[in-house]
Amino acid sequence: MDIEKASQRDLQHDVQELIARHAELIDDDRLEEWLELFIEDCVYKVISRENEDRGMPVATIFCDSRDMLVDRIVSLRKANIYPTHHYRHVISTARITKVARDVISAQTNYVIFQTRNDGHTSIYNAGKYVDEIVSGEGGLKFKSKKAVFDTNRVDTLMVRPV
Amino acid sequence: MDVALAPLPAPGDEGSACRVPYRVFTDPRFYEREQAKIFRGETWSFVALEAEVTNPGDYKATYIGDTPVIVTRDAEGGVNVMQNRCAHRGALVCRGLRGNAPNLECVYHQWAYDLKGQLLGVPFRRGIRGEGGMPDDFDMKRHGLDRLRVETVGGMIFATFSASIEPLRDYLGPLVVEHIERIMNRPIKVIGDQRQYIHGNWKLYAENVRDPYHASLLHLFHATFGLYRSSQKGASRMDASKRHSLLYSIAGSNDASRDKQVYEGVRAFNADFQLQDPSLLKGRAEFPDGITLVILSIFPNVVLQQIQNTLAVRQIVTQGPGAFELVWTQFGYADDCEEMQAIRLKQSNLIGPAGVISMEDGEAVEIVQDAVVRAQDQTSYIAMGGGGADDADHLVTEGAIIGFWQNYERLVGFDGAAG
Repeated sequence: MDIEKASQRDLQHDVQELIARHAELIDDDRLEEWLELFIEDCVYKVISRENEDRGMPVATIFCDSRDMLVDRIVSLRKANIYPTHHYRHVISTARITKVARDVISAQTNYVIFQTRNDGHTSIYNAGKYVDEIVSGEGGLKFKSKKAVFDTNRVDTLMVRPV
Repeated sequence: MDVALAPLPAPGDEGSACRVPYRVFTDPRFYEREQAKIFRGETWSFVALEAEVTNPGDYKATYIGDTPVIVTRDAEGGVNVMQNRCAHRGALVCRGLRGNAPNLECVYHQWAYDLKGQLLGVPFRRGIRGEGGMPDDFDMKRHGLDRLRVETVGGMIFATFSASIEPLRDYLGPLVVEHIERIMNRPIKVIGDQRQYIHGNWKLYAENVRDPYHASLLHLFHATFGLYRSSQKGASRMDASKRHSLLYSIAGSNDASRDKQVYEGVRAFNADFQLQDPSLLKGRAEFPDGITLVILSIFPNVVLQQIQNTLAVRQIVTQGPGAFELVWTQFGYADDCEEMQAIRLKQSNLIGPAGVISMEDGEAVEIVQDAVVRAQDQTSYIAMGGGGADDADHLVTEGAIIGFWQNYERLVGFDGAAG
């Protein structure tokens, strides 16, 4: 897609599609395919609103390459110990906040419900995505994705990307 | 409903071992007694880093056990800790997590206190047009916030409800003071907080951080990448009272070729796992002693840690027998260059609720809590390293856990019926 020449409607459609696909691949546990939504030189950050709002840099997850994201997923599959669980994302309509040359900025609200072994579903994480999106091989990709979460208190642990 | 408790198995009936009845993790009577005897009793609790309240008027709201307290920096530069409870009708005075204000004001009836907790003003004290107002015997000086004793070591602020406990430095002992000052060797800078809610009893975490045995077995990252292995040079040491625990290790001090034998068949040792982006583990040697991992567990509620280049305090806030919040406050040094700060922020992926190492302790606590729900009269069996509360110059021990329980028995006891 040529971002500079695309119509507002096409941009909105393709951005929404990318963000929906991101949620779907996580919820369906297709994390190896989820990796393909990022360019190689990407930044992925999950940070509490408590830190973000007062300019504190510590993030809960911080990866500055797609290879680091790969390591997170391999670690989830082969290394880490955590409770069996599923995520279910509910995402809002994306709002395109800026289009500058070949980078689209967009903001989207999300809620993640988590269901554990006992079948109980709870609100696990609520926040907003602040995304920078570029045109890559096979469509739009995330150049950077920042999830700023209101749920400052993480329930037990966070092993899965949000 | 009062349930009679069966006697504990006689100690030593299966050789030497420490046995802890599981009821201490589930029975609310123990939780109540812990609040009185530990958190509001003869201990010093961590409340904040001085770096969190640097300027006059800075305040932070936190908890000792489950009692809300306020930490302030006053106009003279002093640090104060008060109960976060208005002297009038008991409302929270500080409702946010932190902030800066010239004085503290309760929103309910606007009673105002200075940063040391002294009452400054009461609206309508003399009534309106001669009607109402406080009685003549109302004495402002007698209605301040309840103050706690406060002392600091190495920029860590501790407070106590006890009037009789020894000074902080004596309570910590020289070993703990030395290792606080080792990390706090120059001004620090807070770089963020993380909060983790764990559905388990706080003492399961106190055991976890005194347990060098689990670290390379539960945490694959530690063993596989050699950040921590039980074959490394390291030690488990306690202060004279055995309240506190120092666990340290030196990465690279092990014979990697022999480790394949040592860890044969162990899940956590995975020679096939390679990082695609090894920058996660590229750090700097920061301490001349070569120590790469320090878990300094200070009784009852805080851990000061160094894992590679990550520095943090982890504060335990109890929330009933079955839950606690773990507050991670991460920091670097005020003189960190940009590159050093970047290293700390990247290595932060090792620790906290999403830390590829430390996330697993949350799960470890919960699987014990879930299993012991009806095991009030059964006990754990803690004997690795010999079964005594002994220091060790190796990492195949549970001695510091036993030290914790000896202090618990002294303060709280294991008999649920007494009180």
